[in-house]
This record gives sequence, structure tokens and C-alpha cells, in this order.
Amino acid sequence: MDQDRSDWLHQPRPTWPPESRDPISSDPGFSAVNRRIDEHLSQGRVSRLTDQLTEHKAVAAATVLGLGALAGLAAYSLMGPSQPQVQRHAEIPRLPDDAPGRTAKQARFGDYAVAGRSVTIDRPRQAIFEFWRDFRNLSKFMENIEDVREVSPGVTAWTIRAPLGMTMQVTSRIVNEKPGEQIAWRSTEDSQIETEGKVSFRDAPGGRGTIVEAHVAYRPPMGALGQMVAKVFSAEPSIQSRRDLKRLKMLLETGEIATNKNQRGEGGKFQKAVERDIQNNIAAV
Amino acid sequence: MRALTYHGKHDVRVDTHPDPQIVNPRDAIIEITSTAICGSDLHLYDGVIPAVLKGDILGHEFMGRVVEVGPSSTLQVGQRVIVPFTISCGQCFHCRNQEFSHCDNSNPAEKQDMSESLYGHPMSGLFGYSHMTGGYPGGQAEYVRVPFSDVGPLVVPDHLEDEKVLFLTDILSTGWMAADQATVEPGDTIVVWGAGPVGLFAAQSAVVMGAEQVISIDHHPHRLELARQIGAKVIDYTQTNVLEALLEMTGGQGPDAVIDAVGMESHGFENFNPIDTLKQKVGMGADRIGVLRQAILAVRKGGRVSVPGVYGGFSDKFPTGALMEKGLTLRTGQTHVQRYYRDLLKRIEEGQIDTTFLISHTMSLEDAAQGYKNFAYNQNEWTKVVLKPKWAKGRQEAGRANIANRAGLSSAPGSVPAGSGAVVDA
Ligand SMILES: NC(=O)c1ccc[n+]([C@@H]2O[C@H](COP(=O)([O-])OP(=O)(O)OC[C@H]3O[C@@H](n4cnc5c(N)ncnc54)[C@H](O)[C@@H]3O)[C@@H](O)[C@H]2O)c1
Ligand SMILES: [Zn+2]
Ligand SMILES: [Zn+2]
Repeated sequence: MDQDRSDWLHQPRPTWPPESRDPISSDPGFSAVNRRIDEHLSQGRVSRLTDQLTEHKAVAAATVLGLGALAGLAAYSLMGPSQPQVQRHAEIPRLPDDAPGRTAKQARFGDYAVAGRSVTIDRPRQAIFEFWRDFRNLSKFMENIEDVREVSPGVTAWTIRAPLGMTMQVTSRIVNEKPGEQIAWRSTEDSQIETEGKVSFRDAPGGRGTIVEAHVAYRPPMGALGQMVAKVFSAEPSIQSRRDLKRLKMLLETGEIATNKNQRGEGGKFQKAVERDIQNNIAAV
Repeated sequence: MRALTYHGKHDVRVDTHPDPQIVNPRDAIIEITSTAICGSDLHLYDGVIPAVLKGDILGHEFMGRVVEVGPSSTLQVGQRVIVPFTISCGQCFHCRNQEFSHCDNSNPAEKQDMSESLYGHPMSGLFGYSHMTGGYPGGQAEYVRVPFSDVGPLVVPDHLEDEKVLFLTDILSTGWMAADQATVEPGDTIVVWGAGPVGLFAAQSAVVMGAEQVISIDHHPHRLELARQIGAKVIDYTQTNVLEALLEMTGGQGPDAVIDAVGMESHGFENFNPIDTLKQKVGMGADRIGVLRQAILAVRKGGRVSVPGVYGGFSDKFPTGALMEKGLTLRTGQTHVQRYYRDLLKRIEEGQIDTTFLISHTMSLEDAAQGYKNFAYNQNEWTKVVLKPKWAKGRQEAGRANIANRAGLSSAPGSVPAGSGAVVDA
């Protein structure tokens, strides 16, 4: 079994002033295009550039970058703060605060870009743990995960939606599991992207259920190009991941996923999954 | 089925749509017997609420019979129900705290982004009320799909006719919550801006809750007359200096609580309103807050400000100084209908609350576009419009608030005209 190398979770927040926040822009082979993006970013004018690209392309590019949508969050953190902000911060020494590391304006942990989100779900911790532990359930609430099959105990093959109607394959292996508390997984070498994730479960205060905290770390998959695309299209995957966790909450709290469609055939894959489960007599949690 | 459909600003039409079907396990399909046009619909009609799309079915005040249920619905086919305009799951943190209009789970995930970036948190799902609140097809239609049908719909007894219970779905509950949030204590003066349906029900609720004095403010004489009829004193703001009058009517102290039952489209030329109007017209997402400004200035020190009137965007010249220095309490929100409707149904059955005095017109759903136009532009006479999907086009009846029906009636405080339903030529 592979080792859990996810100690990025426990590393402190990056300190100021940061090291060069963008290793690739110092790469001599890096294109002028990326520098232009940097300039735009530092002047807060990135939108003009993104405007020139269609929404379809944005979604497509964002998808290919991430393992499901949560991974896309990591892309967001690559953007970091604007240049003037970095300078301002560099001038004053900062007290490390109590916020989760992933909410830092600058969130690089060694080679990895890390992102995460939490959601409070009013269901028992053990039940949610077991739901997630069966990775086949991920496609019931994650937009970009089309299908998950169990290959052998602890190893699952994921089919992920990619641009232009294509799909990508990732094999994922559970590398650390604390029953009822956390699950960590990592892609195996034959996967088309390199990524790892961890989800933890803890009791919410005041009997409010369970706090589910999902983190994903990933190494930019396609070198300089990958990073450029990640920067330009960063917003989309972060929106996706937010939606994924909301759907998880809906499914576990209400047994279904909200839709405004009023024609059976128009219900999407989430509604169909619920319908299948009911036919097969499977209760969500 | 036939349904009132949004085509653009001031352009709604009754079109044919496919009949709704069960999509999720807790769904039910309701065949609508009565539905109404709400002041909130006018914000959509006037184009001041974003994300209403051509082809959307409007309507969020409706009731009818259950015709189909999903496998997890607790309703039975044939039951007669009223359906709250708020879609609530019953199981999230907010629903469990009886904050049904804050439900976390009823707005589809992909529809939550807009309100989340606008307001910091996403809104919940509402029927027929823009894609910010889910884009759910509404109930000014022959049929509607009702999600979480085990939580929202309330079965009503057959001996109460539609008109008596229809407004539980929204405006009656909204008026009640407005008064509840204003907190009525012995000796209190409660002032309500707006004598539209919401303001009228808020005023009546304050009376029922035992306020010493309830004052309604509007400029439509007939609407003010209705307010007087349910026991309120009235001020016509076009004739009277409102702030001065309110001081003088409360022994110089000011009202204990104020209710803004007007919202983002307030009329008039005072309180910086024209500037707000201009900004609203050029699409800056600006709200007209003339009423809210006036209410905050009017209320006494330590008083309560209750805001059922809908706002959607931003505003400036908001009187933060008065709010803070006078130590005011501000309470707002879409109505938590499911929190109030059982108690209100009981009060209707016991005859404590009059729910039909404000209906001026009942007409066929096919004529809904005409209903919208009149409710928006002939506000004095068209006080509340009920639509009947089963009625033939052109059929129309006058309600108790219809001016034709009331000619010659005295408008002494407390007098309730008898009879209803005189037929008017369409
Ligand atoms: N909170 C909720 O859940 C909820 C539910 C239903 C309706 N509403 C809102 O309540 C408000 C009223 O609804 P309605 O159905 O009664 O609408 P309506 O349009 O029929 O009535 C509004 C009334 O306010 C009056 N008015 C306008 N400007 C005024 C001013 N400056 N001073 C005094 N009165 C003024 C108008 O003359 C009109 O009679 C709307 O904003 C509506 O969206 C909120
Ligand atoms: Zn309404
Ligand atoms: Zn809820």
C-alpha cells in the first residue's frame, strides 16, 4: 500500500513575504502569453482576457485540470494575490492567524496546490463516513465524475468528464483511513492526472450534525500550459466544488437533489441516481 | 397545460406548456383550483428582479388538489392543499429552526451562485420567482410540481372555500409575520406603510395581536378605505406630512414599531426616492428605499422596524445613523410560511381573521395578463386578483373589495360589508 504523503495538510500557512509565488514565470521557456496574464492579474484586469474565451472552453479546460471538481479548487489557489498586495504584505510582518491554511491568499504547499471546503450536514458522522467510503457514491453528487468502479478493495477506477465530450481515467487508491474520521486517497501512476485528496468528518458543535471537510491537492498536470489554463479559468472549478458539496448535503439530508425541472426526462444524472436507488431499495444514509 | 408565462418586462402571456411530472421522490403534482397575483409578482413584471427568463412560469400563491404523488410524498391523491411559496426541505439546520424561507437544500446547487455572490449566502427555492431562487415553474398554471410535498403543503378542510384559505400560502402569513416581527405590546402604536394586500394583512394582524393603535399609510383612497375597514387609522401621504403626523398621533413619542409593506418600488418624491428611481431605471441594481428611510426616521427610540417589503439589490442614503443612534431593531425576510400557517388556519376557522375583504377581482387564468396590468396600474381599484384555471376566458366576478360592489357603503371603522360575488360584465 502506498504511504499517505498528505502532510501538506498539517503544514503551517505560508509566511510572508512569500518566496517567488510563480515558479513557472521564471522558467525561460515560458511563453510571453503567461506574462501578459500576470500583468493583467496584477492590474486586476484578468476579465478582459477571459472574456475572449468561451464559457464552453472555460469549463472544458477547468475540467481537465482537476480530479472531479474539488481538484479545481487547487487551481484557484494558484492565482494568489495581486502583485501590489504582495508588496504591501511584505512590508509588515504578519501574525499567523487561526484560519485554515487553504483560505490563505497565497496557498502553495511545496509542490502542491491545496484547496478545500467544508460543509455541515445534519446526519451522523459514521453514516456520512460510510457513504463517502463507498467511492461509487461520488458520482451521485459530483458533477464531473461520471462513474466510479471498484477494482479491488481500496482501489477504484474513476471516469472523469473531460473537454469535448471525452473522458479521462484515474485510478485511485485509499492511502489512509481512520474509520468514522477520515479517508485519504491518491491517484496511481497509470492515471492521467496526479492528484490526492482527503476528506475528514468531525462532530459539529451543538448537535448540529457533522462537519465534512474535503481537501484536494494536486500537482499541475500539464506543466506551464496547465498552469496558464488554471489561472485563466480558475473560477469555474471552485464553483463546481462548492456545488458538489451542496449536493452531498442535499442528498444526505433530504434523500434527493433539488432540481427545477418538471419533466421526468429532464432530471439530470443526480435525479436518475436517486430514482435507481429507490428502485433498488437503497437508502442514501 | 396552460400557464402564465414571462416574455419580458410588462409582457406576460398565457401559453401552453407540457404538464408537470414527478421528478424527485418527495414530489407531488397539484391541480390548481385558485391562484393569485402578488405584489412580489409586480417586481418581476416591472423587471426589477434579475434572472427572470423568457418562458418562465410565474405565480407563488396557489392551492388545489393532489393528483399525483412521488414514492416518498406523505400526501394522498385527492387531498385539498394550500402550498407555501417557500420551498423547504424540513431537515436542514434552518428548517429545523423553523426558518423555512432560509432552507439550505431547496435551491438547486447550480442556481445558488448568483445569490451567494450577491448576498454572501444563497437564497432558498421559491416558486415562480426568478432563477435566483431556483427557477421553479410557478403556480399561475393548471398544474404545478411541488417538491418536498411532505413538508410544504397543508391540507385544508373542505368546508372552507378557496378564497378563505388561499392567502395562507403567502400574503396572510406574510402580514402576520410582519406584525410578529414588529412585536405588538399593550399600548403600542404600529404603523404600516403600504395598504396593498401585505400591508392590509399586516395591519389586521397587529389589530388582532392587540395593538392600541394601527396606522396605515398609502395614497390610494380605496386601499386606505379597506385599511380603515379592518380597524386601522389611515394617513394619505400625498395630503399629510407623515413624520409630523405620526409624532402627533403618538403624543410626541413616535410609533413603537413600523412595518415597511411596500418594498423596493416605493412611490413618491420624498426621502431621496427620485434618485433611487433613476438608478433603478438604468439597471444599477439599486433599490428604491423611500419608505424604509421614512419608517426608520419615524419610529421611536428603541423601536422595532419590520420589513416584509421585498428588496433585491443595494441602496444608498440608508439612514445608518438613525438606526444606530436610536437603538433600533431591524427584522426582515421572506416569510417562514410553514411556521405560521397552522395557527392561522385555526384563526380563520374561528372567524378571528377576515381573509376575503381585500379581493377585488376573480377572473379566468386565461385573462391573467389583464389582471397583471390592472393590479400594476389600477392599484386603487384592483386590490387583489384571484385567478381560476378552470374558468372560461372572459369570466370575471367582483370580490368584496370591488368598488362597484361597495358603492354607497359606509366606510366607518369596523364596518364589514356583507355579501360577495356580484357578477360583473367582463
Ligand atoms: N416578505 C415576504 O415574504 C413577502 C411576501 C409577499 C409580498 N412581499 C412584498 O410586500 C410588498 C407589498 O406587497 P403587496 O402585494 O401588498 O403589493 P402592492 O404593490 O399591491 O402594494 C404596495 C402598496 O404600497 C403603496 N405605496 C407605494 N409607495 C408608498 C409610499 N411611499 N408610502 C406608502 N405606501 C406606498 C402602494 O400604493 C401600494 O398600495 C412587496 O414588496 C412584495 O414584494 C413580501
Ligand atoms: Zn407573494
Ligand atoms: Zn431546509
